[in-house]
Amino acid sequence: MFGVLMITLLLTIALVGSNMDIILKQGIAYQVRAEITESPTIAQSFATVEEFDQFVREQIDQRMKTLGLDTPWYSPQRIGFTMYKILILDFGNATFLTSDSGSSNVGDILLEKIPRTVLLFTTATIIISIIGIFLGALAGSKVGSVVDRITSAFAVISSSFPVWWVGMLMIFMFAFTYQIFPARATPSILPTEPDYILALLYHMTLPLITIVLIGFGTWAYLVRNFMVGTLQEDFISAKKAIGISKKKIIYKHALKNAAPPIITILALSLSGSLGGAIITEAVFDWPGMGRLYFEAISVMDLPIIIGATYVLTVLFLISIFVADLLYGYFDPRVKTE
Amino acid sequence: MSNVSSSEIRREFAKSKVGLIGIGILASLIILSVIAAVTIPIDTFKQWNNPGNWISYPKSSAPIWVNYFMTQKIPEHLILDNPSTITKDDVISLTSHQFGVQYHYDDFPSDFIYEYSVEYSGSQLLQISVIRPDQSQILLLSRSLPHSDTKIVHHERIFSTDNSIKKNIQIYFSEIGFYNQNTSSEDMIFANKDGQVLKGDYLFLVNIFGVEENVEIIDSKLILGGKVFGIMGTDELRRDLAVGLIWGTPLALFIGISVAVGSVVAGLIYGVYAGFKGKKTDEAMMRFNDVIYALPALPFLIILAVTISNSIFVLVGFLMIFSWVGIAKVSRSMALQIKTRQYVEASQMMGQKNSKIIFKHIIPQLLPYAFASIAISVPAAITTEAGISFLGLGDPTFPTWGQILHDAYTYGAAARGMWWWIAPPGIMIAITGLAFVFIGNALDAIVNPKLKK
Repeated sequence: MFGVLMITLLLTIALVGSNMDIILKQGIAYQVRAEITESPTIAQSFATVEEFDQFVREQIDQRMKTLGLDTPWYSPQRIGFTMYKILILDFGNATFLTSDSGSSNVGDILLEKIPRTVLLFTTATIIISIIGIFLGALAGSKVGSVVDRITSAFAVISSSFPVWWVGMLMIFMFAFTYQIFPARATPSILPTEPDYILALLYHMTLPLITIVLIGFGTWAYLVRNFMVGTLQEDFISAKKAIGISKKKIIYKHALKNAAPPIITILALSLSGSLGGAIITEAVFDWPGMGRLYFEAISVMDLPIIIGATYVLTVLFLISIFVADLLYGYFDPRVKTE
Repeated sequence: MSNVSSSEIRREFAKSKVGLIGIGILASLIILSVIAAVTIPIDTFKQWNNPGNWISYPKSSAPIWVNYFMTQKIPEHLILDNPSTITKDDVISLTSHQFGVQYHYDDFPSDFIYEYSVEYSGSQLLQISVIRPDQSQILLLSRSLPHSDTKIVHHERIFSTDNSIKKNIQIYFSEIGFYNQNTSSEDMIFANKDGQVLKGDYLFLVNIFGVEENVEIIDSKLILGGKVFGIMGTDELRRDLAVGLIWGTPLALFIGISVAVGSVVAGLIYGVYAGFKGKKTDEAMMRFNDVIYALPALPFLIILAVTISNSIFVLVGFLMIFSWVGIAKVSRSMALQIKTRQYVEASQMMGQKNSKIIFKHIIPQLLPYAFASIAISVPAAITTEAGISFLGLGDPTFPTWGQILHDAYTYGAAARGMWWWIAPPGIMIAITGLAFVFIGNALDAIVNPKLKK
């Protein structure tokens, strides 16, 4: 697991490293020129143009050396240094972006954005899974009924629509045609004001409805398929024969048996919800991790890209781990193997 | 996993309604792509980002068919480029182009533009006039073309805001006594005495008089500006959305199918090989699989698109990298089962090469499953590409559906109520996805009989 983390980091650094170096070098050259034009005395103190050029070049070289840019980005000590710093959770400072409170420390920025993404997407995932499990159990217990058919059809149809496109339509419908919800999901008042929570929840409604609407069908369909499989097994027939009520069989015995795969998917989709939200957050302008990631990539803000990728990967790995543990708890057969 | 023969699959598939619907949709999409390739010149989609190509189209106009739902007919944007030509050779030669318009809308046109190129020598006179439904004739413009001793080609656009047109209209309407200074030329031409739209047949006459007959109108186009145009309307940059939507079809099919086929084939061979080899090879290969599995796909796709290349073909490759993992896992476990079958053991004992066993004995068994997974993984590839394009990181040279939605988003189509810009691309994405999901589900039900019941 640790190895996976390191490989992810290495890949990220490898992908953005060279571009980052070019940007930094250009930045330094620009800085040096700006300083010289600001103080004309430096330029006047040189006799020839060659001498002046020499001075500028030396200045640039010197600064590059202090930043460690003289060795290429793929040199072992630079990569090693970057990785070591990340391991002790020191992501350094962002190059361009800042948090809302003005800090450019990557850790601060991430800490500010993560709760918002969790608030929106984790809430959505939980609502989706609750609706999905009950609807799926209902549909699975009555295979071929109207409920089952509607659920299956809805699942197939809703899964082919991209969430962000439905988001655009929802904004079009409910923010502009019928002005019920705001179009931008970022609250317009400051976080310090007392009504902030309310405003945030109000702004959250439209994205939440969209995500739930698109998501729960697939869930219900998955749960339904597990239930159909479980309900065919012998112990269910035995319970039916004993005379246990149908409701009890479905919600207590069958659902418990279908639980392990459901929990695995739940854990994965919870962590996936943190990273897969890039496009959805862009559409709704939700100030969370996804939008931060997108902004960071569009301006090539290396420390943030690395930090965010790291956090996402860590969360993903943790949830795989937790899912494995829970799987063993719900399905003791795996343990003995 | 059951052994299903291909004829059996075909028979079962023909019974599945959903599968047939899927095939039907897919067939119509393919026909649409073929039509696109045959009828629309390939130039058009290369010109997609060239604003000059779309200059005579209206800006942000709704599709033409909204008029069917309206009581007030919105004026259609008319591009008349097929005039009836009359030539007379006398002492003074006359070349005349006549544009007939049936105007039955409830609002005035937003403007009109006459665009022409004419090849001539000497002095020529250009006269534009209009005959209105009440048979009154208004002279709009009378101007001489620049004199030239040699043959030249003269190209010009005459706009309805032209000052001499305004003056001529003022003269005409002042004579009959209802000239309104604040009304634009096009409104005056199309209005009756009460200031309402005068419906009926209009005839625009463009006459070129000259003393020598060597006049040839090469290109002649009258554009009546309106607010509805085409089957799908136009966007902010005057582009005909129908062209973009139709061209998006072969692109989406190409992306979806090539990613699905590539990743399924790669995953299948990878998984089967790992499962067949077993032991340490299996272990190592599966660990590598886990690494790819744990990579956050979308962030990485975005980084790759930004740093390496956003060409559509490279993007297809990137999508493959992230989508073969699941298939490899499943086909490995299937290969583990098949490996223990006696005929595989027998052929091993006979000393057949590993590659031959894999390709002849194991993979054919997995083919039904492979086809089902190809069909199921197409929609994901299409939506992912659309998502990347939507973020503005796609290939800008191809008009994909995601690209159109990206433009719609950046120009604030939702805020301006331009539903024809937002809805159709998404619906196309969904329809294409649905076709493959239907096919995939139908195949899946045949391959995994447990789900059927």
